[in-house]
Amino acid sequence: MWVYLTYLCWAVCVGLGGWMLFDWYKIDTTYSEDTLTSSREGEIEAVSEKHKV
Amino acid sequence: MTTTSMGSAPQKISLSRVLGPIHVWALGVGIVLVGEFDGWNFAADKGGALAALIVLWFCGLLYSAVAMIDSEVTSTIAAAGGQYAQAKHIVGPLMAFNVALYMVFAYTMLEVSDAILFGDAIVSKSGGDSGINHNSFVAASIIILAFLNYRGVLTNLNFNFAITAIAFLSIVILFFSVMPWSQGTVLKLNELVTPENALPYGWIGVIASFHWGIWYFLGIEGTTQAAEEVRSPARALPLGTMAGMVTLLIAATMTWYVCASLLPWQLLGSTYFPLWDAGRATQSPLLENMMFITTLLAALASANGCINDAARAWFSLGRDRYLPSWFSAVHPKYRTPYRSIIFLTPIALAFAFVADLNQAITFSILSGVLQYTFMSINIMMFRKKWPLGSIQRGYTHPLHPIPAIMLFALCMVTFFAIFLGYGVQLTAMVVFYIVVSVWFHFYRYQYVRRGAQFTMPWPKPQGY
Repeated sequence: MWVYLTYLCWAVCVGLGGWMLFDWYKIDTTYSEDTLTSSREGEIEAVSEKHKV
Repeated sequence: MTTTSMGSAPQKISLSRVLGPIHVWALGVGIVLVGEFDGWNFAADKGGALAALIVLWFCGLLYSAVAMIDSEVTSTIAAAGGQYAQAKHIVGPLMAFNVALYMVFAYTMLEVSDAILFGDAIVSKSGGDSGINHNSFVAASIIILAFLNYRGVLTNLNFNFAITAIAFLSIVILFFSVMPWSQGTVLKLNELVTPENALPYGWIGVIASFHWGIWYFLGIEGTTQAAEEVRSPARALPLGTMAGMVTLLIAATMTWYVCASLLPWQLLGSTYFPLWDAGRATQSPLLENMMFITTLLAALASANGCINDAARAWFSLGRDRYLPSWFSAVHPKYRTPYRSIIFLTPIALAFAFVADLNQAITFSILSGVLQYTFMSINIMMFRKKWPLGSIQRGYTHPLHPIPAIMLFALCMVTFFAIFLGYGVQLTAMVVFYIVVSVWFHFYRYQYVRRGAQFTMPWPKPQGY
């Protein structure tokens, strides 16, 4: 049972790791670098969405 | 909404301001609580069971000072990067660069330690003849938690809150299950800790114990990394951090009492699973299995918080161009520093596969203590440059400068304790920070946007 559990762990690593790499590629090719790196310290109040409580 | 799409004018993408005080608590306690499940007990190896208790008290003082100082400064400088942003505004860029590296190292090495603990616990549970090693479990824990961090901070810290609360409750349940009001029934403190063996190496053993005593609370300062993502920094950060510190003081005290009353100090000082072993020593399968499961949960909660914090510190360095700005990308959908998360994941995996648990913990502790030393100096400069009343503070810590002086003194004692056992690592790490400081000063700083990095709308500091 323990050996199968290790196989499961490796499969999860490949699956989730692969998904993150794919998503990373997708985002980097969809959006411009200026947009992705547009965050600035101290400007967050001006750009955050408003929350209704 | 701040996301953008192809073809439209570029818009700002920022981290999400979605967290509350319980998430701050979950981040801080989540990172730290693993220290009760593994690590603090090596203090007993250095100086005996009583030394582990004495350093608990002193480290409790040290971290109470850390939490108070941190709450005051961070409630005023609410930016991702935590102490990095504090150092940048109060001391200067070179200090900020070093502080950010302290944090990345402290959290990444702690993440590595957590993953190794997670893997070793499962291998230990499987028995000696299962023929497996810990690598698959170490890798799975790091990749799954990196995935959670990638997908968004709110879900991630909700998950952390749940598993941290379960781990904390298990300590409380274990404590009351062994009838602490009735010594001799299950607990045998008076037999296990006697005047002869309480301090087997005398007071130098107590000093040496500081090295591992730090592990009771290491990482509570990580709450500040959430500063840019909490809805109300001035309220949530002090509340979450202080509540976290209270939780940890309770957990640490209960942990010491139960473990020192169930395990001989020689075993306590050498085991990797003190609370799991304490559960086993009660001879209750229910308690034993509960503590096994919560050892795993505590390790996951800690690694999860560390990934969160290390990525934000790295992201902040990129945003100010202390490192290439490529690292400052924010995911347009999940609003996380996704490149920093992905970049640090293979580094953690590499260390986790080759590092020894004690070495990883020591590197984490060293970077943490360097950071606390900075904090004691930082608060003195903060109060001097911007005295009370000159800027708005979300929280003002009492008894200044006593906490700062106490923090500095305890850091010096801890450096000495680390030097006693790991002098080579201490020296190597200091040399490393000197080398990267030289690199930053003479090469990297030319790329920094010097005016844009200071974002706080404060008046000029006194004396300038």
